[in-house]
Amino acid sequence: MAHTTPAGPAVSAGPAPAGRSKRRAGTGRRWLEIAVFAGPALIVFVTFVIVPVILAAVYSFFNWNGLTPLERFIGFDNYIEAFNDPDFLQAIGNNFTIVIASILIQGPLAIAAALLLNRKLRGRAFIRAAIFVPYVLAEVIAGLSWNLLLSPNGFVNALLEMVGLEEWAQPWLANPDIALWVMFWILTWKYLGFAILIMLAGLQGVPEELHEAAAIDGAGWWKAQWYVTLPLLGPTIRIWVFLSIIGSLQLFDMVWVTTRGGPLNATNTMAVYMIVNGQTRPGYGSAIAVILFLISLTVALVYQRLAMRRDLGGAITRGVR
Amino acid sequence: MNRLTSRGLIAGLAASALALGLVGCSPAPAPAPTDSAAPTTAAPEQVTLRFWHNATAEPLKGIWDKASRDFEASHPGVTIESTGYQNEELQRTLIPQALQAGGDAAPDVFMVWPGGEVRAQAEAGYLKDLTAPAADTIAKFGGVAKPWEVDGKQYALPFTFGITGIWYNKDLFTQAGIASTPKTLTELADAVTKLKAIDVAPIAVGAKDKWPAGHWWYQFALNTCSVQTLQTAIPALNFDDPCWIEAGTKLQEWMATEPFQEGFLATSAQQGADSSAGMVANGKAAMEFMGAWNSGQIGSLTPDGKVPAFLGWFPFPSIPGTAGDPTITMGGGDGFGVYKDAPDVAVEFAQYLVSDEVQAAFAAAGSGIPANPAAASSLTDENLKAIAAGLAGSSYVQLWLDSALGPEFGNPLNDAIVNLMGGKGTPEDIVKALKDTAAKL
Repeated sequence: MAHTTPAGPAVSAGPAPAGRSKRRAGTGRRWLEIAVFAGPALIVFVTFVIVPVILAAVYSFFNWNGLTPLERFIGFDNYIEAFNDPDFLQAIGNNFTIVIASILIQGPLAIAAALLLNRKLRGRAFIRAAIFVPYVLAEVIAGLSWNLLLSPNGFVNALLEMVGLEEWAQPWLANPDIALWVMFWILTWKYLGFAILIMLAGLQGVPEELHEAAAIDGAGWWKAQWYVTLPLLGPTIRIWVFLSIIGSLQLFDMVWVTTRGGPLNATNTMAVYMIVNGQTRPGYGSAIAVILFLISLTVALVYQRLAMRRDLGGAITRGVR
Repeated sequence: MNRLTSRGLIAGLAASALALGLVGCSPAPAPAPTDSAAPTTAAPEQVTLRFWHNATAEPLKGIWDKASRDFEASHPGVTIESTGYQNEELQRTLIPQALQAGGDAAPDVFMVWPGGEVRAQAEAGYLKDLTAPAADTIAKFGGVAKPWEVDGKQYALPFTFGITGIWYNKDLFTQAGIASTPKTLTELADAVTKLKAIDVAPIAVGAKDKWPAGHWWYQFALNTCSVQTLQTAIPALNFDDPCWIEAGTKLQEWMATEPFQEGFLATSAQQGADSSAGMVANGKAAMEFMGAWNSGQIGSLTPDGKVPAFLGWFPFPSIPGTAGDPTITMGGGDGFGVYKDAPDVAVEFAQYLVSDEVQAAFAAAGSGIPANPAAASSLTDENLKAIAAGLAGSSYVQLWLDSALGPEFGNPLNDAIVNLMGGKGTPEDIVKALKDTAAKL
């Protein structure tokens, strides 16, 4: 950026030395501006993000209960232990199940809903609001509500009994065979609104003329969506998939509020496992944090490289320099 | 430990909140270490003591606040900042981090949990040795003070100590036709059958919080292992005796009678109407195996906020076919310790907190069983009196095993127990969890 300085005054034919000093003053001022604007944020970022990340990496090499001084260096033992613990492996598996299920189920649902809501429709504003409300609710409130709704004596079972489906009634969050899918349902309920909102925003960027052109060419509504809208929605879908992956990998609050990783580990995630174990064994918990960080980073980088290269390419890499 | 447990909800945020908290609210004046050996007649030195406890609700909070004010009145120049924190945050986040930060960040007088918990803090050198300055108190308390002793030195003074037993609904027992409280596990199984017949959950357990389920296995281990095994195995962390596996086998047999509420794996212990305590409070469950604090917990979950009249208590029944002695009971308590660099007046304050006067108020309010024997007569609550009698009649009180073994054991041990109760693990897995944890220390 620094190269592209317009440097208006330098063009005027003033005495050379003065021009140079003026230019130097300009650069100095630019640096001052950068320091003033970026400095506070940078200090906070370094203190509360970079330093803790480095500290976590250091702690992860120690056998440490959080009370004694850091003196029992054990190399990679915490990492080896983590990857030998079936509970942790199950937690990783649960995370990736949520990742894949989110993309395969929430994605198409959100696109379909957005296409529908983008049309002129009676009660559209109401439907949009209703779909978006869960996303606005605080995670803890949503979690506690679902906990009550799904408890053995809760609303859902009462409703099933009322309509004569009592054999379907069950302790939804206490049954290890289905708990993960019940959790996925809660997450879908909570986050589908966000996905739809993003897709709707993406749809606003699809020019109306293209639809007109398609219509003139004889394409029906379905064909127009398939050949015109969806390809143009591509960048939006790709950025939503990215956000969804990262959110699923770091899933914590909803699980913590509803099941705390249970029953029998069925809904455990890496972040929940980290908190549970890190409370009494911060060294081990730090190792989990580092693993979670590396997994998220790798997935994010690979995804950006493979899927989002086109989207980011034009924006950052070329335009600025 | 685990007293008044509950909202672990924000445990994840606690660490960062604490980091900010430590920066934001560093104590007003530094509690200057008073080196003055004897109190002088000169103007009293200004000292601020920071006092951390887990009482976030009345009546206990009021008792600690009043004790702080009374102590200030009798000790001019002393100011006490009394703060109650949620139990798990206090135990697992606030105290460990404040102790590590040291200096002004550390509280002067704070809650200390018994057994392995106090050992971990004492071995790290954070606690003041109270053996000499509090010798009179310790002598008066006798065996109750032992769980806060590490290698012959007393590091904290208990203010409550009780045993875990079965809380039950007398009305539901009558309705189900149960004539007397069960004395053996067979009778308990019989009661379970009768309670199922009147369509209530026989026993509630908060297995989502893990430790309430853990207590069942601890109690079984108390019966399958001899006192001698308990006394040697726990300090030595040696779990080779077959009695540890037998405890799991017996628990598996007990689980086959399906004594617990539907969906017990996802039930929390103390949060709201659907928790195990809530189910007892609203008559959906007839029994719960819990510590001495449970009447207060159940009371807080009733519509009028009072301990229900139907609530009763009986000691855990004996287990047929084991060597167990029913007078061996399981329990624990809470105490107060003093930070290593705290001024001497902090030791005085800790002693005042467990004095006859404060303990009598503690007992009269029904907050729990006082550790000070002089205050036992102030108990008015019938259930607490029954627990105190059970405690007095115990030949040996085993500290809850997760407390006794230390902070590192709680998770793996209780996880393995919940797995077994959920049908996913074996008795051997529990012992393996114990051995693996011991090997990693």
